[in-house]
Amino acid sequence: MTYRSRHAALGLLAVVMLAFPLFGPDSFAYDIAIRIAINAVVVIGLNLLFGYAGQISLGHAAFFGLGAYGSAILTVHAGWPPLLALAASAAATGALAFVIARPIMRLAGHHLAMATLSLGLIASIVFNNEMRWTGGSDGMSVPPLDAFGWTLSGEPAWYALTGVLLFLAAWAASNLVDSPAGRALQAIRGSEVAARVAGIDTARFKTRVFVLSAILASVMGSLMAHYVGFLTPAAAGLTRSIEFVMMVVLGGTASVFGSVVGAGLITLLPQFLHAFESWETLLLGLILTAAMIFMRAGIVPTLRAAFARSKA
Amino acid sequence: MSALDVRGLSIAFGGVKAIQDLSFDVHQGTVHAIIGPNGAGKTTLINLVTGIYAPDSGSIELFGQEVAGTAPERLARAGLGRTFQNLQVCMNMSAVDNVMIGAHLSLASSLFAGMLRTPSLRRADAACRDRALELMAFVGVAQYATSDASQMPYGALKRLEIARALAASPKLLLMDEPAAGLNHTETAEIETLIRRIAETGTTVVLVEHDMKLIMGVSDRILVLHYGKRLALGTTQEVRSHPDVISAYLGAEA
Amino acid sequence: MISELLQFLFSGLTVGAMYALAALGYALIYNASHIVNFAQGEFIMLGAMTATAFVEAGCGLPLAISLAIAISVLAGIGMERLAIRPARGAPLVTLLIITLGVALVIRGAVQVTLGKGNHMLPAFSGDAPIHLGGATMVPQSLWVLGISVLVVVLLAWYFGRTVSGKAMLATSHNRLAAELVGISTQRVLLASFALSGGLGAIGGVITAPITFTSYDAGVVLGLKGFAAAALGGIGSGPGAIVGGLLLGVIESLAAGYVSAPYKDAVAFILILLVLMFMPRGLFGAKVTERV
Repeated sequence: MTYRSRHAALGLLAVVMLAFPLFGPDSFAYDIAIRIAINAVVVIGLNLLFGYAGQISLGHAAFFGLGAYGSAILTVHAGWPPLLALAASAAATGALAFVIARPIMRLAGHHLAMATLSLGLIASIVFNNEMRWTGGSDGMSVPPLDAFGWTLSGEPAWYALTGVLLFLAAWAASNLVDSPAGRALQAIRGSEVAARVAGIDTARFKTRVFVLSAILASVMGSLMAHYVGFLTPAAAGLTRSIEFVMMVVLGGTASVFGSVVGAGLITLLPQFLHAFESWETLLLGLILTAAMIFMRAGIVPTLRAAFARSKA
Repeated sequence: MSALDVRGLSIAFGGVKAIQDLSFDVHQGTVHAIIGPNGAGKTTLINLVTGIYAPDSGSIELFGQEVAGTAPERLARAGLGRTFQNLQVCMNMSAVDNVMIGAHLSLASSLFAGMLRTPSLRRADAACRDRALELMAFVGVAQYATSDASQMPYGALKRLEIARALAASPKLLLMDEPAAGLNHTETAEIETLIRRIAETGTTVVLVEHDMKLIMGVSDRILVLHYGKRLALGTTQEVRSHPDVISAYLGAEA
Repeated sequence: MISELLQFLFSGLTVGAMYALAALGYALIYNASHIVNFAQGEFIMLGAMTATAFVEAGCGLPLAISLAIAISVLAGIGMERLAIRPARGAPLVTLLIITLGVALVIRGAVQVTLGKGNHMLPAFSGDAPIHLGGATMVPQSLWVLGISVLVVVLLAWYFGRTVSGKAMLATSHNRLAAELVGISTQRVLLASFALSGGLGAIGGVITAPITFTSYDAGVVLGLKGFAAAALGGIGSGPGAIVGGLLLGVIESLAAGYVSAPYKDAVAFILILLVLMFMPRGLFGAKVTERV
C-alpha cells in the first residue's frame, strides 16, 4: 500500500467515525459500534501476528479474557483503581504470552496454533471453575471505568474512547507495515530462512509481535468488561477466539483496514444469524469455509486486487 | 587472513555422511567456486557455513572469527550474504521490499520505531528504498521497480535475490547455483554480474554446475566428491588434475 | 488403594482408546497432507450422535452402528472433496481454518437435525459390572479395548500388506516420489479423510454407551485427540496409540486424585508442555528442512 493510499484510508476511517454520531444512532447502534471498535483493535493486533508474520493464534480470546477478568477481579475483590488494574492485567498477559511464545516460535505454524488453542481452553476452564473469583458461568459484575475523578459512562463517551483507540491502532499499524519492522514481519511469512539470512532475528520478532497482540487484546478485554459492566466466561471462550480469527481472515489478512472491515462484519453477523437460532453455528461454519476457499486473502485485499486489475 | 577457513568439517544426516572431514580456505577478494555432482555436499556445505546446519565436528572461520553453528541472523551481522538454490523470495512482498529486507540491519528495526514512523526513520527508509532501486538496476531488473515479486519471471527473481544479498554490503557472498534454470544468454549475464560484484571487492563463493560459467569467473575451485575434498586449486590446476578429469571433466575437457 | 488405582487405570485406558483412535485419524491426514484436521473431533461426535439417533428411531444396534460409520466416512469424503480440494495450493494456515469451518458445519448440522440434547447408546452386551482385582468395570470397556485393538491390527495389516495402504505410507514419506511412481496422491488424501472419518465414528460409537454425547462433544474430543497425537509425535502411528492411552490414563488419575473439573485442563496443559519442551513428541521424527 502506498503512503498516499494509506493516508486516504485512515482519513476515510476518521470521516466514518466522526460522521456516525451525526446520524442520530440509538443506544443499540452505539453499542454495536463500540463493540466493533473494541474487536477491531484486537483484530488489528491479531492481523499483525497472523496476516503479516504468518503465525496463527487460535486462543486470542484467552488474552482478551485475562484482561477482562484481571480488571474485574482486581477492581471488585482487591479494590484497585480501574486503570491500574488494566495496566497490571496487560502486563501479566504480556508476560504469559512471552513465556509461551519463546519456546514455540522456533517451530512450525501448527504448533503455535495448537499451543494457543490449548491456552485458550485452559483459560476458559479456569474462568468457569474458579467460582470464588470469577463467579463461574453465572458471571460477575464489573464496576464502571473511573479515573482521576471522572467516570466514563454512557454510550457516546465510550464510543469516543474506543473510536480514538481504534484510530490510533490503525495509524500505528499502518505505519508499522511500511517500516523496516513491518517488512521484517512480512518477510518472516514470505520466507523465514531468507529473513534470517538477511539478519532478521525471526524468533525474537515473532515473540514480540505475539506479545504485542496479546497486550492489545488484554487492554481491550479490560475495557469491554468495564463497558458492559458484567462478565461471563463466554467472553473468553473458544467461540470468541474463532470469531477473532474469522475477523482477520474474512476482512483480509495482511491488511489493517481489512481488520476493521472484518471486525465490523463478524460483529454484525451474529446479530443477523441470531434470527436463525439453531442454524447459527452451521451458517457460521459455511460462511467461514466458503470465505477461505474463495477469498483466500480476505475481502479487502481481494477487492483491492480486483480494483488494481481493472485500472491496469 | 582468509575470508573463509574451513577445517575438519563433518556432518551426517542419519546414516548419510554428507560432509566428511573437509578443509579448505577462500582468499579475500577472490571468486571461489565449489563444484561436484549432485549429492556431493555442496548445498550442505553452504548451509553449514551460513548457519542453517550446525556441524557435527570441525571449525568454520569467517574473517578469522569462529562461526560454526552460529545462527544465520548473527552471521549476517558478521558480513555474510547468501542466495539460495531453491529461490527464497518473499512472494507476498513487492520487488523493492524484497531488496530492502536485505538492508534490514542498517535501519531502526524495532516494532516501536516502526509504529511511530518518525521523520528520521522515514528519511532513512526512503534512502534505503533509493539504494534498493539502484541495486535492482545493478543486477539488471530495473524494469520491475514497481512490480510485486509474484509478477516477476524466474530469471528476474534469481537476480532479485542477488540484489537482496548485496543490500547488506556483505564481505563474503555465497551464491548457490545462481544460474540454475537459466538459458545461455541469461547465464552469460550472470557471469558478467558475478565479475562486477567481485570487482567491488566482495569475496564470492560460488556453487555451480555450469562449467563454462565456473571457468570464466573463478580464481580458485574446490572440487567435492561424496562430501570429501577431491581437489583444491586454480582453475588451471583443477582442469588438469587427473582425479578430477576422471571423475567429472572427462566428457568436457 | 490398589483397587482405586486399578479403577482409574481401567477408565483411563477406556477413554484413552478413544483418544488413540482420534489421534490415529489426525496422523493419517497429517501424513498425507501436513494438514491438522480440526474437524476430527466432529467425526467422533457424528458417529456417536447418528448411532444414537438411529437407535432411538428404532434400528437395531448393529445396523445403527454401521450406518453411523458410513455417514462419518461420507462426511470425511465430503470434506475432502468440497472443502480441501478446492483450496489446493492455499497456505497451510488457510487450510487449518477451513478444517475449523468444516467442524462448525458438522456441529451446526447435527445441532439443527438432532438438537442440543444429551444422548447415550445402549451398551453392546449389557450393563452388569465386572469385578477385577477389586475394581469395577463395565462390559463396554472390554468392547472398547477389544475393538480398538482390532482396529489397530487391521490398520497395521492395511498399511503393511495392501497396495493402497502402502501407497498411503509412501505418500506420507515423500509426496513427490509417490506421485512419480504413479500413486494418485489425490486419491490417497481422499482415502485418508474417509478412513479418518471412519476411525472417528468407531471411536465415538464404542464409547457412546459409557459417556453422554451431544452436538458439542466434538470440540473437546478433537482437542484431546490432538493432544494425544502431539504427545506421541504427530504423524506417528504407534505414537498416536501410546499418546492416546497415556493421555486417558493421566486424565483419569488427575480426575481421581487431583480435581474432577480440571481433568479437561490436564490434556491442554499437557499439550502446552509438550509443545514448549518436547515439540516432536515421544516418537516423532526429526525433521530437517532442506533449503
